[in-house]
Amino acid sequence: MKANVNIDYSSNWNLDPAPESTSHIHLKTHYDLFINGKFVKPTGNKYFDTINPANEKVLAKVASATISDVDLAVKAARNAYNNIWSKLSGKERGKYIFRIARIIQERAREFAVIESLDGGKPIRESRDIDIPLVSAHFFYHAGWADKLEYAFPNQKPKALGVVGQIIPWNFPLLMAAWKIAPALAAGNTVVIKASNATPLTLYKLAEVIKDAGLPDGVVNVVSGSGSVVGMAIVNHPDVNKIAFTGSTNVGKIIMKAIAGTGKKATMELGGKAANIIFEDAALDQAVEGIVNGIFFNQGHVCCAGSRLYVQESVYEVVLRKLKDRMQSLIIGDPLDKNTDIGAINSKDQLNTINDYIKIGLQEGAEIYQPECTLPKKGFWCKPTLFTHVAQSNRIAQEEIFGPVLAIQTFRTIAEVLEKANNTPYGLSAGVWTDKGSKIFNMTSQLRAGVVWANTFNKFDPASPFGGYKESGFGREGGIHGLEAYLKFE
Amino acid sequence: MTQINFFDTPKVDQVGIQDRISRITSRSIKNEAKLKGLYMILNMIDLTTLEGADTEDKVKHICYKAMHLHDDFPGLPTTAAVCVYPNFVKTAIAELKGSGVKVASVATAFPSGQASTQTKLDDVKQAVDNGADEVDMVLSRGKFHSGDYQFVYDEIATIKATIGKARLKVILETGELGSLDNVRRASDIAMHAGADFIKTSTGKISPAATLPVTLVMLEAIKDYYYKTGRMVGMKPAGGISNAKLALHYLLMVKETLGGKWLTNTYFRIGASSLANDVLMQIIKQKTGNYQSKDYFSKD
Repeated sequence: MKANVNIDYSSNWNLDPAPESTSHIHLKTHYDLFINGKFVKPTGNKYFDTINPANEKVLAKVASATISDVDLAVKAARNAYNNIWSKLSGKERGKYIFRIARIIQERAREFAVIESLDGGKPIRESRDIDIPLVSAHFFYHAGWADKLEYAFPNQKPKALGVVGQIIPWNFPLLMAAWKIAPALAAGNTVVIKASNATPLTLYKLAEVIKDAGLPDGVVNVVSGSGSVVGMAIVNHPDVNKIAFTGSTNVGKIIMKAIAGTGKKATMELGGKAANIIFEDAALDQAVEGIVNGIFFNQGHVCCAGSRLYVQESVYEVVLRKLKDRMQSLIIGDPLDKNTDIGAINSKDQLNTINDYIKIGLQEGAEIYQPECTLPKKGFWCKPTLFTHVAQSNRIAQEEIFGPVLAIQTFRTIAEVLEKANNTPYGLSAGVWTDKGSKIFNMTSQLRAGVVWANTFNKFDPASPFGGYKESGFGREGGIHGLEAYLKFE
Repeated sequence: MTQINFFDTPKVDQVGIQDRISRITSRSIKNEAKLKGLYMILNMIDLTTLEGADTEDKVKHICYKAMHLHDDFPGLPTTAAVCVYPNFVKTAIAELKGSGVKVASVATAFPSGQASTQTKLDDVKQAVDNGADEVDMVLSRGKFHSGDYQFVYDEIATIKATIGKARLKVILETGELGSLDNVRRASDIAMHAGADFIKTSTGKISPAATLPVTLVMLEAIKDYYYKTGRMVGMKPAGGISNAKLALHYLLMVKETLGGKWLTNTYFRIGASSLANDVLMQIIKQKTGNYQSKDYFSKD
């Protein structure tokens, strides 16, 4: 039974703008490198602009490091490791990490606003997800610092030394926390490179680290191009481990560069996660999860649920619910408290996404975008669905890293398992069903590092995160993540 | 068409519902949107008195309040309805004559519903004969829990058939249903049996209306609309006593069912004390100052 009706989500009762204030934040005009506990000018005296992607205005100038700056940073980290950090007890290290966690909590609002200004993500996400998780990661790892012997009994865990860390632009502060917190807890010192597109919150974190009184040189922050600064860290002979989050292509370049050097590595790379809806799922909640899975942070999420597989018997209903739900998503000013989808992070990324949308159309897929007006300035993309997608379409195979969902149907469990696993990636997956046994059947056969059941994009510092295949190796978070920063006798 | 199997109604996931609710409650409803929403809410209230201690005078007082929410402040709407026991329907109708405010009467052995079908029908007949515009009946929760969905369905359908033009609200009493899956099932039974409105609670059981329960019911209404093309109304009742919470209910209706449901034909809030908080917020919004609660009449 089906009536020929539609629901009209337009109404003459609409929300007013509710912008978060920016009056409480402190931004400098220039951000210098943070080396050996001091903010220092880059030796080449070069700076690059970091802009607000929602209006293309310059927020600040940020130091562009040279190879010799990286060398200074590594030397500072080595010196701090040899003379201070490696001599402190775990309990003392923990105190510093707890202090960092508390200061971040106290300044959460400022961090959230800057994260949204620099990256374009909705303030709702930076305020409710990114920043709380950042302090949670520091708190969690602070607790491990004096318990390493208990975490790895009879294995004599030891720090690696100096670790080089390179983080992406999509979750700048959160990725920094994922990397710095376990490194410090395990007793390492750090040289970390900020993303070029979103460097500000990492430099704000450097201010916090300074305020927390962390000994000079334990954490050093640099920025600049990946090919110069990133590779200088990777190739530095005195770095003991590389932790990288970013694209699979760059991950491969790094792996080639460190081959044979004895450096340890963890890689968290791309993804093309399958979200699978069975006919017996709670469909309205599944749709909510699909929406969060693909449109969270404008789809700039390595574990985004960018492929949707719907059991054919409920396909029409799910599609209708999905389209209905998308009509009440609010797209616009990232600082507006009601914004659901913010700005695309950069012009380059917007071009990439638009190219993929064109490819999808050329491949014969059917597009759906809700009616909405986009701001004139800045980089914007409507939330997009593609239906009638084939497994062989590029939009179903390649990581788009934008708010674009490719929808396919399936009939049997065997079929959907084969399709879901039929990808070079394997970072995450989602299963939606009311039947517990089906969840366990699926999770044991899906080749993905994280499988969510009846939810998506849930993170906790105690839970390890990482990939299979071209999505990388090594885990971050939990005891597994801690292990990646230790060696055992 | 095959018959509907109420043993197999759509599933609800509590965690997912909670996620959706947190998206709704983190919306910021400010300025004009707030003011307009508050006026809409006043006009959607079923001002309710359902006490053993109710008297003719008490009913007359709330009828006056329904029409004159705050005479100090011109331009306010009336409430949508007053909600009373069947024996006070005549009084309420006389008081509200010409005001446009509807008279709703609870019936069917409210609030427990523990009576024979004949007794319930007599109760309903009294309400309708006395001129009630709307009948708020209670679902037979005992029969529901024992799995006798056919009985529950038939009872609603029978009552619907006897009330003529009056609109039928079916109170699910979600606080006694035990799970969101059951809320969904009860909603489906009530709508298929002919309910014009589905209503959360009697106000006599805790918890009464909650956002999660209301969301489940709104989603049931949406699915039913897509199936049949018939718009069923929603009435959360009990437990909504402040304006901010009421605004979030309103937003949830908008984001789930769209603008067509944002009138008192399809959305009501059953409440006794909400109106005064809404009035206080309206005056704060207009004047910039909060007034003492003592400036608002408590009937």
